[in-house]
Amino acid sequence: MSNQHMGKAVPHDSAAKHVTGQAIYIDDIVLPAGHLHGYVSMSPKAHAQITSMDLSAVRTSPGVAAVISATDVPGAIDIGPVLPGDPVLADGWVEYAGQALFAVAAGTESEARAAAKRADITYDDLDAILDIETARAQGSYIVEPYAITVGDAQAALAKSANQLSGKLAIGGQDHFYLEGQVAVAMPGEDGDMLIYSSTQHPSELQHLVAKVLGKSSKDVTVEVRRMGGAFGGKETQAAPVACQAALLATATGRVVKVRLDRDDDMMATGKRHPFHVNWRVGFDADGVLDAAAFDYLADCGYSPDLSLAILDRALFHADNGYFLKNALIRGFACKTNKVSMTAFRGFGGPQGMLGIEAVIDDIARHLGIDRLDVTKRNLYGRDGTRDATPYGQRVEDNILPELIDQLEASSDYRQRRTEITAFNASHSHLKRGLALTPLKFGISFTATFLNQAGALVHVYNDGSIQLNHGGTEMGQGLNTKVAQVVADEFGVPLDAIKITATHTGKVPNTSATAASSGTDLNGMAARDAAQTIKARLAAFAAEQLGADGENLSYADGNVLIGEKTLTFAGFVRQAYMHRISLSASGFYATPKITYDPATRQGRPFFYYAYGAAVSEVVVDALTGEHRVLRADILHDAGRSLNPALDLGQIEGGYIQGLGWLTTEELWWDGEGNLKTHAPSTYKIPAAGDLPADFRVAFFQGENREDNIGRSKAVGEPPLMLASSAFFAIRDAVASVAGNRLNPSLDTPATPEKVLMAIEDIKQRRDTEQ
Amino acid sequence: MDETTVISCTVNGEAVEEIVPARLNLVDFLREKLDLTGSHVGCEHGVCGACTVRLDGVIVRGCLTLAAQVNGATIETIEGVTATGEVADLQEAFLARNAAQCGFCTPGMVMSAAELLTVNPDAGRAEIRDFLSGNYCRCTGYQAIIDAVETTLAGRKNGGSTT
Repeated sequence: MSNQHMGKAVPHDSAAKHVTGQAIYIDDIVLPAGHLHGYVSMSPKAHAQITSMDLSAVRTSPGVAAVISATDVPGAIDIGPVLPGDPVLADGWVEYAGQALFAVAAGTESEARAAAKRADITYDDLDAILDIETARAQGSYIVEPYAITVGDAQAALAKSANQLSGKLAIGGQDHFYLEGQVAVAMPGEDGDMLIYSSTQHPSELQHLVAKVLGKSSKDVTVEVRRMGGAFGGKETQAAPVACQAALLATATGRVVKVRLDRDDDMMATGKRHPFHVNWRVGFDADGVLDAAAFDYLADCGYSPDLSLAILDRALFHADNGYFLKNALIRGFACKTNKVSMTAFRGFGGPQGMLGIEAVIDDIARHLGIDRLDVTKRNLYGRDGTRDATPYGQRVEDNILPELIDQLEASSDYRQRRTEITAFNASHSHLKRGLALTPLKFGISFTATFLNQAGALVHVYNDGSIQLNHGGTEMGQGLNTKVAQVVADEFGVPLDAIKITATHTGKVPNTSATAASSGTDLNGMAARDAAQTIKARLAAFAAEQLGADGENLSYADGNVLIGEKTLTFAGFVRQAYMHRISLSASGFYATPKITYDPATRQGRPFFYYAYGAAVSEVVVDALTGEHRVLRADILHDAGRSLNPALDLGQIEGGYIQGLGWLTTEELWWDGEGNLKTHAPSTYKIPAAGDLPADFRVAFFQGENREDNIGRSKAVGEPPLMLASSAFFAIRDAVASVAGNRLNPSLDTPATPEKVLMAIEDIKQRRDTEQ
Repeated sequence: MDETTVISCTVNGEAVEEIVPARLNLVDFLREKLDLTGSHVGCEHGVCGACTVRLDGVIVRGCLTLAAQVNGATIETIEGVTATGEVADLQEAFLARNAAQCGFCTPGMVMSAAELLTVNPDAGRAEIRDFLSGNYCRCTGYQAIIDAVETTLAGRKNGGSTT
């Protein structure tokens, strides 16, 4: 193996196509003549019995080729990904406003839309649960509440010198992938179905399409070349439109495309879970935690989807980077009549961490100690003590103390703290705030069986290579990284390798490209495939070329066999002539991980990824408006496989997290209708929201575990760096009242919420005096 | 609703004459009638900028412009500006700085950035940020895009419009 590509800032394999508009997304595929457009009609009711559904006028509307409702589904109606609960089309009642009622296929999208409006549907309204607190009061849960415990939190709380309690409401987040949900279904012979989908999970989608069609997985093929963004929003949420397209294609025998427009996409598809976190902690005079009790209440929406795993991950991250000797961490999976909340970058981890960061923040202000000092004092230990997480995994690779020290120095944290204190003392309306927050994020799917991957590598007898793996490309550069791995295995240039679309016919039974695991899993699987071929080549060289197989060396497009150098192409050509198989599948299963869901103890994570950020903000105390002036990030990507791509994940993650915590507000009305269902009312960050001074650096180190190239996963963790901006805003708000009182500020910290927090803290200050 | 109109226009240097529904918007016209799929449909609200194209030399939202409005006009899309090479340096800078991740916003971003390069060749980072604030990118966090535009501006100042 050579090391010519791994570790290099190789451009994204599609970069040249991206910048010229030549990259093909699903909506760009040229479809055969006679193809149809599907439209899915959505429920206007949050919770209701459907008393009648008359679709006769829809059927006779111009251009309509087919109309289907639940009764027309040949196979199963339920397409819940893990547990049942998600009907592909409403089956007698509706449980959220936006739920799919029926689907129409017509010659054009506007014909299909116009036809759908002619439906005559009557409902009997049912009581709708629209918020977390009502769900809790009524005991409306997806599963019974559960807890992770360590030590005796209640007893330790009672004995603690200091106690504090608090609560934080955390908003959800729409993915706002620029390319909305879309799928094309192409019927074939024998009722086979080929699906082009913008999905992170081709295998699950294949399975679900087969299920609704009453077929089996062998009858359905799913292909995905690339997605126009996903962020978790296309893990389970791509399946409904693909299933609906497949049903319409089956009904008509024609090619059907279903593409949700932005408003429909935002109303119909799942989002990041809103959470409420209630906490009570005990700590000593230095701010070191003795005991912590957390209640995490997740708004799961109407169905399980992935909520249980997401709530698990929230609870697994209630410690963030901090040692909790005594902890009671309870989870409540609240069922409400909203869209089913789903995977979103971080998968509950960000909400978990935000809870304890609020605790650290409050303790610091309560004791009059800098937040950074309270942070440092509570970190996990490094000497085999204070290193057990509440779920029993030992933190063996804790680099946070040195990482934070480095960032503290490089960001001039102490100096700027002094300057900001002076600034705030001399400015009545503009207030600055500063915060450093760390992150520790567990890498692996917490459902252990998902930590497997496959790959298929073909070496052609001209020396070129086709690379397939089970992961999907959503912009993160997974294909590029996996190609770097394979190129180095064979010692060939990157352009000798063709990365193909992800295809269920090539690599079966894949896991979603999710949990930041894409490169870890698929890189290893592809390497395994390459090594299988190399083992055959070594045996061939030993037998036919008199080489000692151990001494084969691949570099610069050549193979060194003993004293002899052959071109890679020449060598594989010879192997082919001697009837050596040049194609192999590869497989990888993450080692070491084990977790017992019954006891909620084990080692769910192969390793942890770390990082920290310092954000500085300025808040206008008269309007609540704020800006991030500067952000400094130090992030741990292990030995980065591709610093250019990893930098993109860090920068993009921080900004996406900033949107989640400051501007992106999901707002449902009293009837359960999402009113922020377009960019006119839902504000994601724009270029102008970027910190004017943005400094990102990699922590120098490598993964202690034998992960691909000693790198670390980098997809999700950087999002959590943005919590530093939220706590900087909190710092600025607290400065209005002398930095002694803890602001009550929920997320997203919109100007409105910041202004209310400022008014509240002023009142409390005045009451106190 | 079904009313149609005939339009003649120049698209990427080629004369085009088509019968179009009166309500067809420009980006759908380009994508569906002319197979110019580099312009993307992101929000259909005029907010995200993925459909940005040039109309008589000035950028517009392809989703907020009707095809019927471009009768007699000159249209340039990402395919056109790529073919002429006018943004080759900008595209190269995007590539070098990983300024595209999923790539869906990128053609629109390149079209907007191309306008900035001509209307404000002295733009600093603040001006670049402001100018590009009408184009959403959900992946990159913009830093790479702003860097790429800054690099291109510097390159052009130092002579030559291509790298």
